[in-house]
Formats: sequence, structure tokens, C-alpha cells
Amino acid sequence: MRHREFTVGMREMAALGPGIAAWGVMTGVAMVNSGLDFVSVLVMSVFVFAGSSQLAALPLFAAAAPTWVILATALCVNLRFVVFSLHLRPYVMHLPLPTRLLKGYLFADLSYVLFTRRFPRPAHDAPGKAAQDAYWTGSGVASWLIWAISSLIGVAMAASVPIAWGLGFAGTLALLGITCSLATSRLRTVSAGIAGAAAVAAYALPLKLNILVAIAAAVAFGLLLEATGAKASRDRATAPVGDRE
Amino acid sequence: MSHVDLATLVTIAGMTLISVLTRSFFFLSNKAWELPAWVTSGLKYAPIAALAAVVVPEIVTNGGQLIATWKDARLFAAAVALAWYFWRRGLLGTILAGMAVYLPLRLGLGW
Repeated sequence: MRHREFTVGMREMAALGPGIAAWGVMTGVAMVNSGLDFVSVLVMSVFVFAGSSQLAALPLFAAAAPTWVILATALCVNLRFVVFSLHLRPYVMHLPLPTRLLKGYLFADLSYVLFTRRFPRPAHDAPGKAAQDAYWTGSGVASWLIWAISSLIGVAMAASVPIAWGLGFAGTLALLGITCSLATSRLRTVSAGIAGAAAVAAYALPLKLNILVAIAAAVAFGLLLEATGAKASRDRATAPVGDRE
Repeated sequence: MSHVDLATLVTIAGMTLISVLTRSFFFLSNKAWELPAWVTSGLKYAPIAALAAVVVPEIVTNGGQLIATWKDARLFAAAVALAWYFWRRGLLGTILAGMAVYLPLRLGLGW
């Protein structure tokens, strides 16, 4: 039987559909233009399910880089997911390992963000856990479907969609909206500002490591500000609806 | 569209495995352990930080260089998208409003 939260998860992810799809289309176009053979493009579109590591790998494939270089690059670009898995661990440890691996495969940046927004704390009772499991699966399946289908559309339309249109910007706008929806306390807003500035300042780092630097900076500043007399803003943050921590 | 390259497919399989293993990294071990309280407390800033770290450079830089002109479609599109978000709160509307500003400026005026 399908849990109500499965549908909620699918619906919340579908609201971001246009943004994800725009990225998927642009990634599909880029994969075809990179000169990879058609079967590889199809297999990559459907299975890898990690846009930034796919885009990072394309020039390496084109340059006939050794396999280990491509895999090491994919690993570094994906390092932020290791941080997310640390955060999500308490939500999945009641499940058997194969299910946990599948759940891991299904979550990406947006599902992580939507999930932790809906469930700021792991459930301790069975109904709560069932709801969280169902939401995770629903949003994950939706994002995988949107990603795979839109990538394939991008592959099919590669000849007629110029990269210059910059359709991928729709994805950035989707993330911008989600970022605003997470800015539920002053400290969170400040930490977003710090992360943004750090990401720009550290942009020269290879392999998107600037994102890790930005997360580390924002977490460190958030903890520091919490500790040093940010009591007033904490009180403000807990009073209104949003922040449940 | 060259012939199918087995080495490429093996590499793609490896990339898929990396997607799974990085995202499940801390799910792998069954051993019971608790995160220190300060880590749990700090991680609540990670989602918004990760998003801001992706979004801000996409809006204000070109390949890492801060943009030097205000004639950039992204600035206006982001401003309109933000305004829409705080007016209506809908994500779909935020995306569409931003693109409705972005595409004419970019394709029409070349910003």
C-alpha cells in the first residue's frame, strides 16, 4: 500500500520539475556534443544520476583520460554527498543495508534539501519512520524520473537546442527559490550569505571543492554565532512557524 | 556517434557506483554511534549552505570571475524570481517569472 507521504514527496519534487528538467536537457545536449558514443550517452543519462559529475567527466572522456582520473574526479565532485549522508544517517539506520544503498542512490541535492526541510529531526516511532521512508522514496523516484527523462529529451534534441539559450538557468532559479524557503531564521540566512561568498571566493579550487569549503564555512560560522550571544536571533527564530530545531 | 566503447561503459558503471557510495557513505556501517551534539546542531546549516554555494556563483560570476556589468540577464531574472518568491511563495512561479525576464533579455538584447 502506498503511504500518503510518498505522494507528498513526489508532489514537492514535481514542483521543482521545470528547473530539474532544464538542467537535464542541457546535460543531455552537452553529453551528445562531447562526442561520446550514443550507447554510452544513453547509459550515462539513465544510470549515473549526478549532473555535476557527468558534466565534469565529459571533457575527460573527450581527452581520453584514464578511467581512474575520471572516477577520482567524480568522487571529488560528489564529496558533498558524504556530508549529506552523515546528516541523513539517523533517518535510515533502521533499514537493511540494500535498502539504505538504494535510498542513497535516490537522493541528490534537492531531495536532501526537501527531506530535511520536511523532517528536521529523525522519527523515533514506527509511523513516523514509515512516513519519512515514504517521503524519501517518493521525492527520490520523482527526481530520478524527471532527470532521466529530461536528459533523454536533451539527447534527442541536441541538434536543435543551442547551449547559448542558457536554459540551465531555470535550474538555478529553482535552487534560488528553495534556498529562500530554507531561510527560516536569521542565522540560516546569514549562513547562506557566508556560503555564497565563500563559494565565490574559493571558486578557483578544482573539482567543485569550493562547495565543500562553503558548507564548512557556513556550518562553522553558524555554530560560532550560536555560541557567541546570538541568543536574540535564536529566540526570534524559534518563535515563528518555520524553524523547529 | 562512434562505435560502442566497452572501456567507456565500464567507467560509466564506476561513476554510478560512486554516486551510490558517496551518497550512502555513512549508511554503510551498522555499528551504533551517535553524532556529537555540536555536529548535529551544525549540520542544520548544511542544506542551505550547499544550495547557496551552488546558486550564488551561477548568478554573479562568469566562470569564477565576478561579473563587472549590470547588463546581465541573470541579475534581473534572479531579482524578479526573488520578488515573486516572497510575494507568492510558489516555486513553479518563481522559475517561470525568472525565465520570463531571463530569456527576452538574453536572446533579445544579448545580455
